Amino acid sequence: MRIFDPHIHMTSRTTDDYEAMYASGVRCVVEPAFWLGQPRTSVASFTDYFDALLGWERFRASQFGIRHHATIALNPKEANDPRCTGVLDEMPRYLGKDGVVAVGEVGYDSMTPAEDDAFARQLQMAREHALPVLVHTPHRDKRVGTQRTLDVVAESGVPAEHVVVDHLNETTVALVKDAGAWMGFSIYPDTKMDEARMVAILRDVGTEKVLVNSAADWGRSDPLKTRSTGDAMLAAGFTAADVDRVLWQNPVDFYGQSGNLLLEPVPGFVEEDGPAAGVTFEGSSVLRGVRA
Amino acid sequence: MTTPTPVTATAPGTAPSDGWLSDALHAVESDPTSIGSVFGSVGRHVGRGPVDKAGDPRGIHGTVDDAARAQLVQSLARSASPSETAERLTALYRAGDTAEKRGVLRGLDALTGDGTINPAPLPASVPNPLVAAGTALVTDALRTNDPSLVAAATGPFTAAHLDQHAWRHAVLKLVFMGVPLDAVAGLDERADDELARMAADFAAERRAAGRTVPDDLARITGAGSTSAGTDRAPEPGPAAPEKKDA
Repeated sequence: MRIFDPHIHMTSRTTDDYEAMYASGVRCVVEPAFWLGQPRTSVASFTDYFDALLGWERFRASQFGIRHHATIALNPKEANDPRCTGVLDEMPRYLGKDGVVAVGEVGYDSMTPAEDDAFARQLQMAREHALPVLVHTPHRDKRVGTQRTLDVVAESGVPAEHVVVDHLNETTVALVKDAGAWMGFSIYPDTKMDEARMVAILRDVGTEKVLVNSAADWGRSDPLKTRSTGDAMLAAGFTAADVDRVLWQNPVDFYGQSGNLLLEPVPGFVEEDGPAAGVTFEGSSVLRGVRA
Repeated sequence: MTTPTPVTATAPGTAPSDGWLSDALHAVESDPTSIGSVFGSVGRHVGRGPVDKAGDPRGIHGTVDDAARAQLVQSLARSASPSETAERLTALYRAGDTAEKRGVLRGLDALTGDGTINPAPLPASVPNPLVAAGTALVTDALRTNDPSLVAAATGPFTAAHLDQHAWRHAVLKLVFMGVPLDAVAGLDERADDELARMAADFAAERRAAGRTVPDDLARITGAGSTSAGTDRAPEPGPAAPEKKDA
């Protein structure tokens, strides 16, 4: 089973996770820019984070045979802090970089005027850079937030097929399907969605335009939830082609719209050998101890 | 055999120390700049447990260090102008850890309770810098995911000054976090139909996912409405009127 996790925050994960992901079939990931547990208080914190996503984290993933891409954005929660909103002026220089496959995560947290402004401005940036958009939907008041998201996207002129609306559930999936956008589902150990519910939704809406992700981050989450969802699909009677459609081809089709996706195997990576000795990023290596 | 030393009972950081607090309060009353040097170490001197251990074991209504910091904030407000107090509270909050941030928020509640911050909105021509600064700090706290901080941001100051949209989100966030809605000052006075609608949607979402519905939702969905519509299929509908109170 080949797996593309279209939404995972690897910055918060360990090298053990990378090894386990590779072993379970993950070959490609997209890491969206989002908030950390600790609120940021300056623009520089964002740019260092963006640089880390496109630099150190891509290197780290490559050492475990996984292609790493990123999406760049001011997230909706921190869009409410005026100390952070200046990062919107820094974003255009990131959106043209290699490995940036979308603008995201944008959208709503508490549905404030500041969030409206950041969302609208970033949709325009996506349009100008011809990039897809990854939209986060809020935890609170999700149905209304999802509808408002779709209204704002429609007003922006960004075509629906360039947009994935993420963290959907039984109450919000139909809105997004009807709008013609891509439907994202985060499979969590407890909250957002689980494998059995995901299979039930796939039976209902089919496999087209459906993205399944682990959204693993610094909270309770599991980077192997993509694999367990694939296994649950097979157990429920879906074919291997259906699983490949959902867990590989759909994210390739969606993020491939950026023209910035790299899917070839990482050159020189041999699973049995693990990370290569003597390879560094700006002087740092993922290895410990004596180096070749 | 030696008797184990009861470290926690005698360590200077855990024993209540009225002397330290009254010294600190006097120091701040005579020199507002001194609050910066005492605010961080309050817990070491007065303790950190709930004010009401029996009735409020989780400290939803505050801890003893919260209460002491609130007193320090009141001393600050007596020794400094409203604008200086607002600036100092903002600085304390921005540089503070979770306990210090909570202390500032409890301080805003204390200033609301003692009348320093007028509970009613002033005419636009008489802006109170403490209301503007306090609202910004409360809004910041409500974006965090620390239950103690979010709970501390739903006290009397928030009840008096936070806009209705943000206030509804604060209430729902407490439900998400499993914090009892007892934390919310003025809950019954400010709860409205839109909050009931949001709560009912949330209950429907939980049921659609086969998950439990938090008991506290019944307090805001309106009388008897938590059992109504239990099996209603979640229908995508038009968005509720946006920002109707903005």
